[in-house]
Amino acid sequence: MKHWEVVIGIETHVQLSTASKIFSGSSTAFGSAPNLQANAVDIALPGVLPVLNRAAVECAIRFGLAVGGEVAARSVFARKNYFYPDLPKGYQISQYELPVVCGGSLPIQCGENEKLISLTRAHLEEDAGKSLHEGLGPTAQGRSGIDLNRAGTPLLEIVSEPDMRSAAEAVAYARALHALVRWIGICDGNMQEGSFRCDANVSVRPAGEVRLGTRREIKNLNSFRFLQQAIDYEVQWQIATIEDGGSIEQSTVLFDPASGETRAMRSKEDAHDYRYFPDPDLLPLIVDRQWVEQVRAELPELPAARRARLIADCGLSAYDAGVLTASLDLANYYEATLATAGKENAKICANWVMVDLAARLNREDREIGQSPVSATQLGGLIARIADGTISTSMARKVFDELCNSGHTSSADEIIARQGLQQISDDSALTALIDDLLAANPGMVAEFRSGKEKAFNALVGQVMKATRGQANPQRVSELLRRRLG
Amino acid sequence: MSLTLDQVHRIAHLARIEVDETEARRTLGQLNGIFGLIETMQAVDTQGVEPMAHAQDLAQRLRPDCVTENDQLAWRSAFQAIAPEAEAGLYLVPKVIE
Repeated sequence: MKHWEVVIGIETHVQLSTASKIFSGSSTAFGSAPNLQANAVDIALPGVLPVLNRAAVECAIRFGLAVGGEVAARSVFARKNYFYPDLPKGYQISQYELPVVCGGSLPIQCGENEKLISLTRAHLEEDAGKSLHEGLGPTAQGRSGIDLNRAGTPLLEIVSEPDMRSAAEAVAYARALHALVRWIGICDGNMQEGSFRCDANVSVRPAGEVRLGTRREIKNLNSFRFLQQAIDYEVQWQIATIEDGGSIEQSTVLFDPASGETRAMRSKEDAHDYRYFPDPDLLPLIVDRQWVEQVRAELPELPAARRARLIADCGLSAYDAGVLTASLDLANYYEATLATAGKENAKICANWVMVDLAARLNREDREIGQSPVSATQLGGLIARIADGTISTSMARKVFDELCNSGHTSSADEIIARQGLQQISDDSALTALIDDLLAANPGMVAEFRSGKEKAFNALVGQVMKATRGQANPQRVSELLRRRLG
Repeated sequence: MSLTLDQVHRIAHLARIEVDETEARRTLGQLNGIFGLIETMQAVDTQGVEPMAHAQDLAQRLRPDCVTENDQLAWRSAFQAIAPEAEAGLYLVPKVIE
């Protein structure tokens, strides 16, 4: 059997976090009743003119800088012409020949390997409205309902080069991009609400072939799982088609999550004849250097830099640093625990944030921003583990208490109130051990006859007698000395 | 360069303009006349001239990101009063589904 190479490029529609639309003063809030956020511009009444939203442009500049692309000093809006009922003007305002951002790249982590995915461009455009085909009233039989609330919502369309070679890489790219746009605050990343949607261009070619195969574009994938499933299916379908002697026809396909299959949309021969031309309603967009530099100065430290710093300064593994920089909130939370617990405890902090806290958040279906424990509280707790005041098992109890305390108590207060300090006083422990040995001559005899199990049972007895407050390691040491 | 009759029909279809054979032939003549003018202009040396995106040499004005619309219920009623069909706040159109 021949070896096939998979080639994937991704186009992503990122909904920009602005209060108002890209060309009108309508709200962009999600979930309003139909057509209550669609004004004369959005529904394309005659005689209206679009006026560009400054914040949407600024989002594009932020993105351009974050990926090391070139922010164009001059870019041009163009009309993309097609007819569809949820596109009231009969064209979408987009950018074509001169987009606002050119080039740039995004590092992705795929298993152990880091790879740099090149970006072609990013351009500003408006979203279309929504067509509803179901759930309409009885008088609307044979009709589709049109809701134009989404029409005119600002989008940044980010186009990658065909640099990905597997579904896993495509997902890693989508995840990295998703994390980045949230990190720099240009998109809320809500995929259910359609704030981040991917189209995947997929083709296959025999290994070693230089020319690209014919691609099919899978439209509108709004979850990472669907992206993976859709590409897996598409790749296997394309290979099977070619191996059966068929050929791939360039087309647009939809992914059906129920069947796990992709299927071609009713083919429209003019689907791609958009007859772009510069929009005479809009003048060229000029972005001066001063504006770009101002945006650059306001950019947060980017995920890749943050990751590198956590590895170099805190000695974290690449994996831990990757997990902890999944979002800006998480990275900030982690570093705030370090500020209280001390950088020397970076690894313990990482474990607590990634394991105990993550499990709790997951159970309660919360984001890090709604953590029941503040970073200062958690840092305070970790400091007490590190200096030996409490054992790890005690710390779990204190952690639960902190979670339930509603940000009011500190770890120190809970430890003091409940008397949970580890008993580090050897004389107290030794006295306890002596009492126990006297009370359990049978176990002592068993131990002396060579049964290691009996020793563990004795340690258990001491831990029980101290309600877990003894350091088990110290107990073992003292016990061995006593029995030795 | 000159157009064919098929191309005229295709352009008309893309723009959703209905043209009959007579109109198409007339349009073909007019469009080819325009292409003739363009061909004449192609002779001008435009080396080093930046392509023009707009007839006015101005920059796009930007608007602050503020929601300026209110009383959208009243506006929607007004807009939908002139729509051919509307129901429950939605504009209705002949069924479109892929």
